[in-house]
Amino acid sequence: MSFSSKPFMKNRLASVLALAAVVGLMAGMVGCASSAASPLPPTPRLRVATTTSLYDTGLWGYLEPMFEKKYKVEVDILSLGSGAAFEYAKRGDVDVLTIHDKPNELKFVSDNYGVERVPFAYNYFLIVGPGSDPAGIKGMDPEAAFKKLMGTGKGAFVSRGDNSGTHSKERTIWKNAGFDYEAVRKAGAWYVESGQGMGQTLQMASEKQAYTLTDMGTYVSYKSKLELVPLVDKGSILLNVYSVIAVNPQKVTVVKNLQMANNMISFLTSPDIQQLIGKYGVKDYGLQLFTPCAGSEPG
Amino acid sequence: MVEIWHGLTRAVQLIVTLDPEVMAIAGLSLRIAISSTLLAAVICLPLSSLIHFQNFRGKRSLISLIQTFYSIPTVTVGLLVFVLFSRSGPLGGLNLLFTPTVMVIGQIILVTPILLGLTISALSGVDRTITDTARSLGASGWQAAWVVLREARFAVMAAVILGFGRAISEVGLAIMVGGNIRGFTRVITTAISLETSKGDWELSMALGIILIIIALVINIALNRIQQR
Repeated sequence: MSFSSKPFMKNRLASVLALAAVVGLMAGMVGCASSAASPLPPTPRLRVATTTSLYDTGLWGYLEPMFEKKYKVEVDILSLGSGAAFEYAKRGDVDVLTIHDKPNELKFVSDNYGVERVPFAYNYFLIVGPGSDPAGIKGMDPEAAFKKLMGTGKGAFVSRGDNSGTHSKERTIWKNAGFDYEAVRKAGAWYVESGQGMGQTLQMASEKQAYTLTDMGTYVSYKSKLELVPLVDKGSILLNVYSVIAVNPQKVTVVKNLQMANNMISFLTSPDIQQLIGKYGVKDYGLQLFTPCAGSEPG
Repeated sequence: MVEIWHGLTRAVQLIVTLDPEVMAIAGLSLRIAISSTLLAAVICLPLSSLIHFQNFRGKRSLISLIQTFYSIPTVTVGLLVFVLFSRSGPLGGLNLLFTPTVMVIGQIILVTPILLGLTISALSGVDRTITDTARSLGASGWQAAWVVLREARFAVMAAVILGFGRAISEVGLAIMVGGNIRGFTRVITTAISLETSKGDWELSMALGIILIIIALVINIALNRIQQR
């Protein structure tokens, strides 16, 4: 090897570069290649933007293969806060939304971005916090609890701060408790915005021994990793409804998957799947995470 | 701290059992990072030679600009690529958003400034007399450039390794334009981000260790090539 001549070296280096180019190009095609490997036309894909709570609890991971099998489609699930999910939908980058932010959902539909809002399951929000409950809010109404948090200044509160459905609910509670949200944000060091998903926010609250507002599904599935207990769980404002909305191709013209999106809606509201949603997690966590409510508003 | 130890044993377990999901994720990370680094190298090596050997107005400013882009945040590149390839964006018709292909494109953009800038400085480090000798022996411009590039190969390889490191370790771009879709665009870094948010720190740590092992193998391979 040591007596390789210079021209040979040069050729070899050149061929290494050429090979590199070819390998690179081939590998670059990997995305297209994997779906185009079969002689049949590529499997259609349906893009769903979901709120993190339906993903982090594992519900989507459980339902996805069933839908894919039934309708011969690849489902791409993007787990996002509801705020981001709306943005993706308006740009036409997703075909369906599964979210929990009623006021913004209604606006999304009335602005014609969404075809129809179809509720398919619900549970409740909870205010959780340290067992010592320094502000003494246990068993109160949510609005009264928030007033007390503000009044006593005892105990920190971690907010999602990310325009998610949960964050939207938190702001509604502050408003109903009589506070301007901007004032709440500036109220003091006790009010913390995590800017992260529900799971991370719960972990942060647990580390800081702070209060936070959470959906029940995520709390229950994270419970074993947290040092937080439910403190406030009563009050009609805590109702948490999950809806499915197909993006409207008449408004968002780049969306072309309405039929498959409608299949998704029929799937989620079908009696079989509704029953599975109702049973989901019962075995692992000992209680129901989601109550099915096909097509109608609960409460 | 116990998570680190558990992560290590979990990593060994995942590798030994060839866990199919982890292998697929690791394979995709590797394929995307290698493709983007190689494609960027193919673009950047000739381009940096061109910039180095030509004298033109604004050359210093151009090099400063290239070096400035070493610092571009991965999410900013992600946002740029997202807006370009979004269905409502100028390249939306290609339908590439949330695919591995668009992740490669994004990483090429991310890695290019590093490869360009560091290759230019590598070439600047080569003794001028080598160019002059090659030219006086009748080498064409490109042939002389090739000689100099070969002379600088250790530094050029270091640039490529750094580019690969930036590509395989970044998460902001991958999660934004790839979407972290299970079984399709999920790579090691986005899986770590997800598992951390789900509180599975052991698995996150294990995935991180697997990424380091991949990088180690690649570096050993590249060192072998350059020492021949």
